[in-house]
Amino acid sequence: MTSLILLSIFGIVNLFLGFMKSKKVLMPMVMLFLAVSLGATLLDWNNPQTYFNNMFTMDNFAVGFTAVMVLSTLFILPFSSKYGRDEDGNLAEYYSLMLFSLVGGIMMVGYENLLMLFIGIEIMSISMYILAGSDKRNILSNEASMKYFLMGSFFTGIILFGVALLYGATGSFDLTTISDAARNIDAGNAPLLLMGLLLVLIGITFKVGAAPFHFWTPDVYEGTPTVFTSYMSTVVKTAGIAAFYKLMSAAFGGVYEQWFPTVVAITVLTLLIGNIGAVAQTSMKRMLAYSSISHAGYLMIALTSFNDRSENAILFYSLAYSVATIAAFGILKYVADERKSDAYEAFNGLGKTNPLLAFVMTVAMLSLAGIPLTGGFFGKLFLFSAALEQDMLWLIVVAILMSAVGIYYYFRVIIAMYMKEPAGERITVDALASFTLIALVVLTVLMGVLPDLFNDLL
Amino acid sequence: MLTALLILWPAVAALLVLLVKGQGAKKVAFGAALVELLLGIWAWVGFNPADSSAQYLINLPWIESAGIVFKVGMDGISLLLVLLTVFLLPLIILSTFKHNYERPSSFYALILFMQTGLIGVFTALDAFLFYFFWEVALIPIYFIAGLWGGENRIRVTFKFFLYTVFGSLFMLAAFVYLYFQTPGTHTSELSAFYQLVLDAGTQSWLFWFLFIAFAIKMPVFPFHTWQPDTYAEAPTAGTMLLSGIMLKMGIYGVLRWLLPVVPLGVSQWATVAIVLSIIGIVYGAIIAIRQHDMKRLIAFSSISHVGLIAAGLFTLTEQGLQGVMIQMLSHGINVVGLFFIIDIIQQRTGTREIAAMGGITQKAPFLTVCFMVLMLGAVALPLTNGFVGEFLLLMGVYQYNAWMGAVAGLTIILGAVYMLRMFQRVMFGETNHITEVFTDLTFTEKAVLVPLVIMVFWIGLNPNTFLNISEPAIGQLLNVINR
Repeated sequence: MTSLILLSIFGIVNLFLGFMKSKKVLMPMVMLFLAVSLGATLLDWNNPQTYFNNMFTMDNFAVGFTAVMVLSTLFILPFSSKYGRDEDGNLAEYYSLMLFSLVGGIMMVGYENLLMLFIGIEIMSISMYILAGSDKRNILSNEASMKYFLMGSFFTGIILFGVALLYGATGSFDLTTISDAARNIDAGNAPLLLMGLLLVLIGITFKVGAAPFHFWTPDVYEGTPTVFTSYMSTVVKTAGIAAFYKLMSAAFGGVYEQWFPTVVAITVLTLLIGNIGAVAQTSMKRMLAYSSISHAGYLMIALTSFNDRSENAILFYSLAYSVATIAAFGILKYVADERKSDAYEAFNGLGKTNPLLAFVMTVAMLSLAGIPLTGGFFGKLFLFSAALEQDMLWLIVVAILMSAVGIYYYFRVIIAMYMKEPAGERITVDALASFTLIALVVLTVLMGVLPDLFNDLL
Repeated sequence: MLTALLILWPAVAALLVLLVKGQGAKKVAFGAALVELLLGIWAWVGFNPADSSAQYLINLPWIESAGIVFKVGMDGISLLLVLLTVFLLPLIILSTFKHNYERPSSFYALILFMQTGLIGVFTALDAFLFYFFWEVALIPIYFIAGLWGGENRIRVTFKFFLYTVFGSLFMLAAFVYLYFQTPGTHTSELSAFYQLVLDAGTQSWLFWFLFIAFAIKMPVFPFHTWQPDTYAEAPTAGTMLLSGIMLKMGIYGVLRWLLPVVPLGVSQWATVAIVLSIIGIVYGAIIAIRQHDMKRLIAFSSISHVGLIAAGLFTLTEQGLQGVMIQMLSHGINVVGLFFIIDIIQQRTGTREIAAMGGITQKAPFLTVCFMVLMLGAVALPLTNGFVGEFLLLMGVYQYNAWMGAVAGLTIILGAVYMLRMFQRVMFGETNHITEVFTDLTFTEKAVLVPLVIMVFWIGLNPNTFLNISEPAIGQLLNVINR
């Protein structure tokens, strides 16, 4: 809870910092804010507290996911240093929007009440609509913002409609009350409840970028400035999937039988569309967008299995996925800025010109592909284990086949970096970003060699 | 402790090699590989051959929450393969001394890193640890072949990588499934897998999940299509690693993780597996006969030889399995030697075309002797290493089914056809403008080939040195299978 308050205050303080002449102070300050918030979050560990008349709980689940989100933001920031030198004067506002959106994210993982979930989603999303369009002179960025905003508000409306129906069926927004009502489902109210559930489900599916409501992802990701794309595909996704998981487990565990087929269908569809879509891309950024769709699919496997392993698996996977994705987007930003292209070809020969960048990218790709020695491997292993405990072998076979497809497009980057002739000169990377990249690699490998340090938390 | 040292040392050495600038890297790598060889010999000396259980056992908690342990150890089967690895690796590194590869420190670090994976695979006694090392061995060879290979390296190595990962994901699924069948708080230890009682239907599909993973690696027909291209395109050191050691991972996997874990599945599908293997024997040999490129010829001959080993695996007879063990060693030694000789000839003449050669014998007697010994080992002439292995294997297959034994026996005839034909055309006859200036072996080249030649005779004349090591372990394995 402290982190929620701190981040709100820091966001406002940061707006005032924007009045200062030098923009150089901004990033260090925001990083400090985030570090303090991370510390405050961890202080809540094993000390569950409920706030706002039972509308918000800071239990270990919320602490875990909050920590992943704050840490991810902390890792993303160093890659935005270039913005500080740009003529663009709104840096403070962008950082504040990120902090505010984090507040929304925390509400999405700690909610005990559907209103809180709704407010969280809105706080997070509205910030993102603006950030998507923050590259004002770029027509793609404008398009991304518009598309994201229109689609996002439309789906928020659907969620709201669903919440209203649930209220009609159960007489409450409270998760526990809804859960009780769902367990003793009353035949008269059943259609109302299930309809409400379906609408909320559709809305959240949109937010996490799962098929069939994924279509906005590639365009929005492509147009959004890379730093914010990185934020979108990690923090927003983590918040969305945690909210999704919490909703299904805390409120609708009783009607598991009813929603299971829908969620499984969405999962399989997401895996297929994400992976097969990624193969067809020529732009690295669009590939990462499709890859993020596919990872939503892997994460949703935990939803379908739904046992005591899946909660841990989802947290571990979120962290592993976020770390690797941030590294990938961070490097993509440098390469794309320097070589004026985000196609695979822009990465040609990076192994020769920038061994560090190429190495970090390789580890990130291996992790996303789920190869051992990286966190991504154990992420997948834990998710698959959770599902296999539930005897869903066929689903795992689909996921395995899709993982093999994933190797195809992740390795294209590695091939471009090491096996092609350089596409340009050496790219200069500032010290902070290099340090962050090294930290990301260390974290990925640590998760891949000693997963127990991170596992078994929840 | 010794097992952990064997696994860790190459990884540490790989990091050291990375720090070395320039062509000095190869010397450091060679030194590191020699240290590893000494460690291997130390393990051999202290090994109690009468004991069928795993020795030098290390059992540390790793992922406690999931019951996954860092459990490694060596029984006779593991020891032989570890010895093969530590014996071949310095020779493989030495064989590259005359090449000046670009970015040498990366090249040699990858080779050493791969050794960590290989030793890990051969000693792991936990399913996830095994999988872990399996992939650790795969990544370096992908880069070795992809970065330092021939013209089509990118497409070819990518195909190889996709194939292998696809297979290993199925292995992973099977392991996870087995893991959940273990009682109580689940564990992925090998011994727990051996105790599982699974119904025949389950074992039937588990067999295929595991078989595909291992069959791709060996490779068994029809999962072999990646192999000739990859062997031809990879740099010679990579080809040696792939054929000499890495394909043994597949065979070892069947031996350790397939046969004893799903014996009912094996009894249902053994005939199919053996038939596929025998098709591979004949098919590989016939295609080898038609090859013009020496490297591709050896690559196809390898499919043929491995086919016989695979057939022996599924006979579940003591002769068959002992034959598998000894033939793994022999094949590793012969094929590494042959690939090296082809590399030498290519270096000297600039081509691998059989038709372009002739009369090398007159110019390079030492090379001729080494080539002949290794070639005769490959065609299984009595007194050479190949004979012992193929004899035991054919005996095993014959016991399983006489007809199959007869067809599998074609390997000896066909092998003689393509090997002798190649040898004759390359080595004998008149010299031409290419071979006119051919020079005999240098000291380094001799240093690689002489130990291999010695091993050909050692195994051929006194196979019991090695058969005795694996015998108790094979017996124990058969006990588990026939429980």
